[in-house]
Amino acid sequence: MTATPTRTARAPKLNPLGLEKTAYKGADSTLCNGCGHDSISARIINAAWEMGLKQQDVVKFSGIGCSSKTPAYFLGMSHGFNSLHGRMPSVSTGALVANRTLIGIGVSGDGDTASIGIGQFKHLVRRNVPMVYVVENNGVYGLTKGQFSATADLNQTLKYAGTNPYMPLDICLEALAANATFVARSFAGDAKQLDALLKAAIAHNGLAVLDVISPCVTFNNHESSTKSYAFGKEFEIPLHELSFVPSYDPIEITEEADETEVKLHDGSSLVLKRLGNDYDPTDKYLAYRTLEEARQQQKLLTGIFYIEPQTPSFVDTLQITDTPLAQLSQAQTRPSREALAQLMAKL
Amino acid sequence: MSVTVQEAPAKQVSQWVYNDFNLNVATANGSGSQTSNNLLIRSLYKMGIPVTGKNLFPSNIQGLPTWYNIRLSKDGFLARRERVEIMICMNGATVAEDMESVVPGGIILYDDSLPVANHRKDVQYYPMPVKALVKAADVTYTLQRYVANMVYVGVAAFLLDIEMAEIKNALDWNFDGKPKPIQLNWSMVTAAYEWAQQTLVNDQPYRVRRMSGFNEGTVLIDGNSAGALGSVFAGFTFAAWYPITPSSSLAESMISYAAQTRREPETQKATYAIVQAEDELAAIGMVIGAGWAGARALTATSGPGISLMAEFIGFGYFTEIPAVIWDIQRMGPSTGLPTRTSQGDLLAAYFLGHGDGRHPVLLPADPTECFEMASTAFDLAERLQTPVFVLSDLDIGMNLWISKEFSYPETPLDRGKVLTAQQLDAFKEEHNGQRWGRYLDVDGDGIPYRTVPGTDHPAAAYFTRGTGHTPYATYSERASDWENNLQRLARKFETARSLVPAPILQEVDGARIAILSMGSNHPAVVEARSRLLDQGIPTSYLRLRALPINSEVRAFVERYERVYVVENNRDGQLYEILLTELPGLSTRLVSAAKCDGLPLSARWITEQITQ
Ligand SMILES: Cc1ncc(C[n+]2csc(CCOP(=O)(O)OP(=O)(O)O)c2C)c(N)n1
Ligand code: SF4
Ligand SMILES: [Mg+2]
Repeated sequence: MTATPTRTARAPKLNPLGLEKTAYKGADSTLCNGCGHDSISARIINAAWEMGLKQQDVVKFSGIGCSSKTPAYFLGMSHGFNSLHGRMPSVSTGALVANRTLIGIGVSGDGDTASIGIGQFKHLVRRNVPMVYVVENNGVYGLTKGQFSATADLNQTLKYAGTNPYMPLDICLEALAANATFVARSFAGDAKQLDALLKAAIAHNGLAVLDVISPCVTFNNHESSTKSYAFGKEFEIPLHELSFVPSYDPIEITEEADETEVKLHDGSSLVLKRLGNDYDPTDKYLAYRTLEEARQQQKLLTGIFYIEPQTPSFVDTLQITDTPLAQLSQAQTRPSREALAQLMAKL
Repeated sequence: MSVTVQEAPAKQVSQWVYNDFNLNVATANGSGSQTSNNLLIRSLYKMGIPVTGKNLFPSNIQGLPTWYNIRLSKDGFLARRERVEIMICMNGATVAEDMESVVPGGIILYDDSLPVANHRKDVQYYPMPVKALVKAADVTYTLQRYVANMVYVGVAAFLLDIEMAEIKNALDWNFDGKPKPIQLNWSMVTAAYEWAQQTLVNDQPYRVRRMSGFNEGTVLIDGNSAGALGSVFAGFTFAAWYPITPSSSLAESMISYAAQTRREPETQKATYAIVQAEDELAAIGMVIGAGWAGARALTATSGPGISLMAEFIGFGYFTEIPAVIWDIQRMGPSTGLPTRTSQGDLLAAYFLGHGDGRHPVLLPADPTECFEMASTAFDLAERLQTPVFVLSDLDIGMNLWISKEFSYPETPLDRGKVLTAQQLDAFKEEHNGQRWGRYLDVDGDGIPYRTVPGTDHPAAAYFTRGTGHTPYATYSERASDWENNLQRLARKFETARSLVPAPILQEVDGARIAILSMGSNHPAVVEARSRLLDQGIPTSYLRLRALPINSEVRAFVERYERVYVVENNRDGQLYEILLTELPGLSTRLVSAAKCDGLPLSARWITEQITQ
């Protein structure tokens, strides 16, 4: 032990579990340099680390696409499931019902969710399966090299795919129409907002849809695209300034005049600081109108559009045991000899 | 319109036919005849008579013709039989052909308001005043159509000597003791019985009488209820399904049985979840997700659903996730003949998915095996970490069978090679210093160890992917990694051969030919063998109970000059699988395949061998 160190190495920052942020990394990314998806992975790492999530309690899900590869690149100590194109919803539904204690984080793409997977997506929303559902929305199929997805802008031109003659689907509006309980939009370049939204989404007891504009630098990053960095940086309009206050945080929240607090299921809260408007994220009609106006005016409006923290989640609705179904013993799952005898007698 | 019947000649019945005839009831779909038919079959069963009921119903909710075929066989032959001795005609749309279908010497009971054109001289007719009896019974208009079917129950009971007490018991059972419907139907049955007693000269030869020796230790049940009950007692914890005939009743029975038996005592919460998915693709996705997370998960469907599941089943094979898929087979692609039976999904199930892959397929032959194989399927799926099919069909699934009483499953659930946190710690020591790898074969049987999410150990996690992977579940596009993994999966499939249910052999001294068959064909094969023996042709029999085949099958085929592969499909799908799996024995195998939507008959099987 040295009595007077000449220079103290700065102690690494530790989270509530005493872990460094690097402990939440995954394998090295193989995506293109500058891909928006990597920024989102970094935000997920950060949010999980700051919240002090235990990685063994987390399960990662994805479909197929560049975006869907990313669960390999964060939370290396969590089980991950890279499923089929557009079919993450069904897989995560099964897994999260099988083990209700798991925290589900799903990553999908706009093709994965809004094209091939729109059906499963809407049913997942409708069931309110408790998980985070991030759509890394770049308006294009990255992995199959630049075809239009169902969120591509009308009349947009791509190098190989030509001009898109179809109206885009708006993932937030689709979610809202399917009775989502948490609908938000963000931008891969807005680290602070994304951090707060991801944490709130993790704390939400239900399905949290995060439509995150995530530029594909290789196939859809030209300035005319509403999914480009340039567009996002210049035109992102946050509805409010967001901060997440975890349940264990001793700080008393004193609601400022220009702030609204939304209490989440686990006691944590999302604080919305107004930015020159009076947006109330519990007003569904307002959410519809705001989203529709943003869509018509091609505005990149970000923030939380709608939240309803009280609706029971799918797992609540099923009235299953507190012990995860997957962990029930034979004694708990095989009825007795007498039960069979009784049923046989009735035949 | 009603027709007066000629006075039946007052002849003396020279020979009674006891407990050995076929009774066919023709009604219109949705007319509520199911209750009446159940009363008949159940009371006959309770009289100790070997009896089987085959419901031939259309894909329709109301109006199209339906037949319910009840075969009584004192000798215990329970296959579908083509000859009809007794016809009950309640449907004007088919009455002409129904009356034609009766064998000479047979009898015909018919609703006297049906338009009956001409009468055969070689059968006996019994017109029933259905309308008049219903009118006299004074029931509300909406119920008239339903109780009308009770008329033939009462008349048949009189003519055939069915014990009325058993009909009453069956009625109590059917309506679960609810006095109102029981009383309503019972008064109709008795009114018809009394009318028949007062009016009819019963000089026809067909009679039933109580017997013993066959129905003891059995139950009368359909295969879907049995499979559902079996799954409930196999400790299933997750099921997802999408309605499709003829599989829906399996899931629906599970919902009912599980609600009765699968609640946590302290909290009354369910120890299972059953989810009606948005389609079969989602159903199998949920099952794969649940199986991956450690649940005992199953889905039940039929052919069209199997098609939608193809990508996930192949994925489940490759990522090694346990799942149980019940396929209650029906006819044809898309809608096909949705209410008719077939064994046409064998090849599809065995090879489902893209790239190389094969799946264990269980082949229950009756409800008892549906019950038992529900457990076997889960044990295999978890032991082998792979999707396992149970191939039933409409005939087993939706018809009533006399089946051996189910015995309580004595073997503990086999949850397979799942590592706990402690076992992970000890893994290296117990496996010659080898670190655990999700796809690493340390036991030489091709089956690796798995962990489930939530395992509290820093090294428990792995990444499940359809892409190429190493034994340590890391991404790989190396040719050798891919090939080694495929070879290991093939090794695992070899292990499966010795784990799946073995075939059942009945070998006969002096037999030079044999029958190899599966599933619901069993009763027809049994009867055909008896007929063949009567003709001086002894046959041996192998009933296959699962794919992949084991060495016993090869040895069996080697012992016979000719082995008829009997199956209910057009192409001889089992025959084709055997050809590939038994190269060199192809000359001994003869395909006997037929597909017309009906269960195979003993007559047809016999003809395949004698002609
Ligand atoms: C059933 C099926 N069809 C097609 C594909 C090919 N495919 C792979 S990724 C992809 C599109 C992915 O687009 P998106 O979800 O937007 O992800 P991104 O790559 O843009 O992040 C397609 C069509 C597939 N894997 N599976
Ligand atoms: S192709 Fe586009 S989406 Fe895919 S990794 Fe590259 S930049 Fe990202
Ligand atoms: Mg995309």
